[in-house]
Amino acid sequence: MASTPSAGRGIPRGITFTTLLKDLRLEWRSKDAINSMLFFSLLVVVVFSFSFDPSAEESRQIAGGLIWVAFLFAAVVALNQTWARELRNQVLDAYRVSPAPANSLFLAKALGNFIFVTVLEALMTPLFIVFYQLRALGPAWQLLVVAVLGTWALVVNGTFFAAMSIRTRSREIMLPLLLFPISIPALLAMVQATTSILTGENGARFWIVLLVSYDLVFTTGCLLLFETVLNAE
Amino acid sequence: MTETKTHTQSVITVSNLIKQFGRFAALRGVTAEFAGGKLYAILGDNGAGKTTLLRTLAGLNHPSSGQITMLGATWPDGSGPARQSSAGFHDICRQVGYMAHPSLLYDEMSGMENLEYFAQLYGITDGSRCAGVIRAVGLDPDLARPVGQYSQGMRQRMSLARALLNDPKILLLDEPFSNVDIHSAGEMVRLLGRTRDEGKTIFVVTHQASLLDGVADEFVWMQAGLIVGRTRELQPPEGMH
Repeated sequence: MASTPSAGRGIPRGITFTTLLKDLRLEWRSKDAINSMLFFSLLVVVVFSFSFDPSAEESRQIAGGLIWVAFLFAAVVALNQTWARELRNQVLDAYRVSPAPANSLFLAKALGNFIFVTVLEALMTPLFIVFYQLRALGPAWQLLVVAVLGTWALVVNGTFFAAMSIRTRSREIMLPLLLFPISIPALLAMVQATTSILTGENGARFWIVLLVSYDLVFTTGCLLLFETVLNAE
Repeated sequence: MTETKTHTQSVITVSNLIKQFGRFAALRGVTAEFAGGKLYAILGDNGAGKTTLLRTLAGLNHPSSGQITMLGATWPDGSGPARQSSAGFHDICRQVGYMAHPSLLYDEMSGMENLEYFAQLYGITDGSRCAGVIRAVGLDPDLARPVGQYSQGMRQRMSLARALLNDPKILLLDEPFSNVDIHSAGEMVRLLGRTRDEGKTIFVVTHQASLLDGVADEFVWMQAGLIVGRTRELQPPEGMH
């Protein structure tokens, strides 16, 4: 009846994929994360567009920071929801007593958050372009690379630190306190790369390489440490 | 009162188990052996340490000191306090079923969807297994309603179905009859009796001990973090109030 779901501490793709599908199904039914993220980002776009009235040139200079800070704050909403649904009815304990490896859960959660934040970015980017009259003067395709690498940088650390803070009493506050300082190098790289591409003044290559390095280091670190975090009391 | 003396081959051995939460000791040196193929009712007042003992056996709480041997695997084994760090962890997981006071189910999914997900975690490929355990606890596997809309009793039974899903050798059940009507509770007790007769070892933490009278092989009495007696009949040991 039972096959082997996990041999040792590897990452069985089946369990990762099943857990990811389960999370997508739960989000589709509850829409907890995506609705909150959308409304939050929409507010940021509208409020900033009314607060400032930048020219097209000024927009290119500030849009990188504005976009990524909006996505970072919105991502925190999704990251908190990710583990909150595992705490309801203590479902996380059912995972902990199963033979499924911890890393499958982590990877599924990180991929799920990546999808949620990517959907948000896909919906909000056209609004940013319209409200701030954005047009890239550099190679626009690089924005896609920065978006993928930057989003992964946010969600991989966010998923990890959200898991660390789930057992704390004020986890909504704890997550930004843990996540934001450690995200500064990635955020700097995302903002600088985006600004470079929008203004066409400096190449974004250095910042993209920095993002790749950041993603590799933190993804590896999170995968190595997640089992300890999951089973901590 | 009849103290039990003899045990067949033990499947769980607990040695001087201490579990502390900060300065509070929930378990204060529990030592016991439990034989296989028996149904144990764990009884005691609130705060006696029943749930902590069950969660520690399930690997959800790490012992502060002492040792647990379950189905041949021992933890802590020097590599860390958690069961997860012990050598045979994945093998033990497949052979243990755990039911907690909360349902351990996703409210937004139906019972069948929940069980299909957990079946994947255990590598269960037999498609009929989920429907089989749902029927065994007296529920309809085709019920499309999400678990969040179940009555508390239905939720408890679905939770029991989840614990039975991997056909475990050891079942750890925390308050399985709470909020369940008397008829359904009786059905659950009969199911547990049949499961025990198949050779499984079952631990039931409950405040409704009378339901297990005549079914449980042994009543394990806990008080202030210690096992203070083990009886064959539903009668507290001397000195226990």
